[in-house]
Amino acid sequence: MSYPNDRKYTKEHEWITSDGKIGITNHAQDSLGDIVFVELPKVGTEVSVGKTFGTVESVKAVSDLYAPASGTVAEVNADLATAPENVNKDAHGSWMVKIKIKDPAELNALLSAADYEKFVAEEGAH
Amino acid sequence: MSAAPVIPPTVRKTALNAVHRQMGAKMVEFNGWDMPVEYPASIGCGIVNEHIAVRTGVGIFDVSHMGDIRLAGPGALAAVQHISMNDASRLALGQAQYSALLYPQGTFVDDVIVHRLGEDEYLLVINAGTREKDFNWVRDNTRQFDCKVEHLSDDFTQIAIQGPKGVNLLQKLTDADLSAVKFYWVTRGTVCGLKNVLMGRTGYTAEDGFEIYIPSDEATSARVWYAVLDAGKEFGAVPCGLGARNTLRLEGKLPLYGHEISDTINVWEAGLDRFIKMEKAEFIGRDALEKARGQGLKRTLVGLEMVDRGIARDGYRVLDMSGGEIGHVTSGSPAPFLKKNIALAYVPPSQAEIGNTVQVEIRGQGVKAQVVPTPFYKRPKKS
Repeated sequence: MSYPNDRKYTKEHEWITSDGKIGITNHAQDSLGDIVFVELPKVGTEVSVGKTFGTVESVKAVSDLYAPASGTVAEVNADLATAPENVNKDAHGSWMVKIKIKDPAELNALLSAADYEKFVAEEGAH
Repeated sequence: MSAAPVIPPTVRKTALNAVHRQMGAKMVEFNGWDMPVEYPASIGCGIVNEHIAVRTGVGIFDVSHMGDIRLAGPGALAAVQHISMNDASRLALGQAQYSALLYPQGTFVDDVIVHRLGEDEYLLVINAGTREKDFNWVRDNTRQFDCKVEHLSDDFTQIAIQGPKGVNLLQKLTDADLSAVKFYWVTRGTVCGLKNVLMGRTGYTAEDGFEIYIPSDEATSARVWYAVLDAGKEFGAVPCGLGARNTLRLEGKLPLYGHEISDTINVWEAGLDRFIKMEKAEFIGRDALEKARGQGLKRTLVGLEMVDRGIARDGYRVLDMSGGEIGHVTSGSPAPFLKKNIALAYVPPSQAEIGNTVQVEIRGQGVKAQVVPTPFYKRPKKS
């Protein structure tokens, strides 16, 4: 699996684009298995970098979503309420929320596609 | 996303461990065992697909982590009667029954399937996480009987072939006439060239199916595993992990040790009245249960279906409609075949009526749920 270069990644397996779209990685959807529920914040909610902003549930597990950057929720992908399985089908195409990024410099601290891929490989080797 | 749990170094492996890894299964630690939780989507698996395969076709499980205790000798029946709550004297040769080992206070050491294999020979199939505890319990409490107690857990690779097509699949691999074997009966026959293999029409999926017991060396185990999968191709057979095993047993309200039953829950609370025979002679736990019966229940196991959006999970609190805590969820999950979010929970009898609404506390919010009849799923009767 290749990870797109148009975004940054976290060690908690989220991605964020420069215009503030946030989702989970292909590795994350694969680890979770069949995703059946995505709980997201309302438009206008403030999210803080490193803090939980939502939840994703598969048949077997509940996982928190951590914000890759601080900002205000501008849009929520409402499709995921009725079709959470879209995240399994296309994790990198299924954004969950779009935030208005407070400080674009926060993204510099995140992983590039290549670094994230390396991180996942190392994590799996344990 | 949070990181995966670290597997402790003492974890045990079944003889099929390398096979699961080779097939790309996602492995998890379960009760001290490194087991497949699900197989990859790339081979048509994943919990949902595996679950549906068992309900509509057939699925194959490695359940070698389950334990086995044999009691044999002139006093075997008396010993089994003393340590288990069902009436083993009713078992014909080759018949099996669901039962439980109880503590003197009427709570659970474990639930078991008792098989009568010979005139004076019984096999107890026990849970993985309670193997040593169960064996010690059985050995220590049967010393006064004229019978030999053996721990055979490591001798068998146990493969479960579950689903309406399970009988058709296994029939391709054995000379035994499986149509003559009724549910909860066993037979013996040649399977994949192995002589005298024990085959029980039992399982933990609320579906028809078989469990077979073969020698536990890796080469034989792998050969039979692949032969079973291969014979199942025409029926759409898939390998299944513990994830689907859990959702399947939950739809059928089959109890899981440490969840619906434990050393603090008694038989009446768990609603297993049907499997206890108070009228048979003395057995461990009987006196306490006789007394408890007169006192009435403080809590009882109910089925819940989520009414509002949310998934109840193991350990979540159950609240009444005004927000007061009344109990807890023992097992909760999306139900892949029923396409509902379901749970089992202990609540006071006053809250247990079918149709009663309660709340399940999910991340600090009360989410509405309703008490529904159980089992959630019952397999269709064959015409």
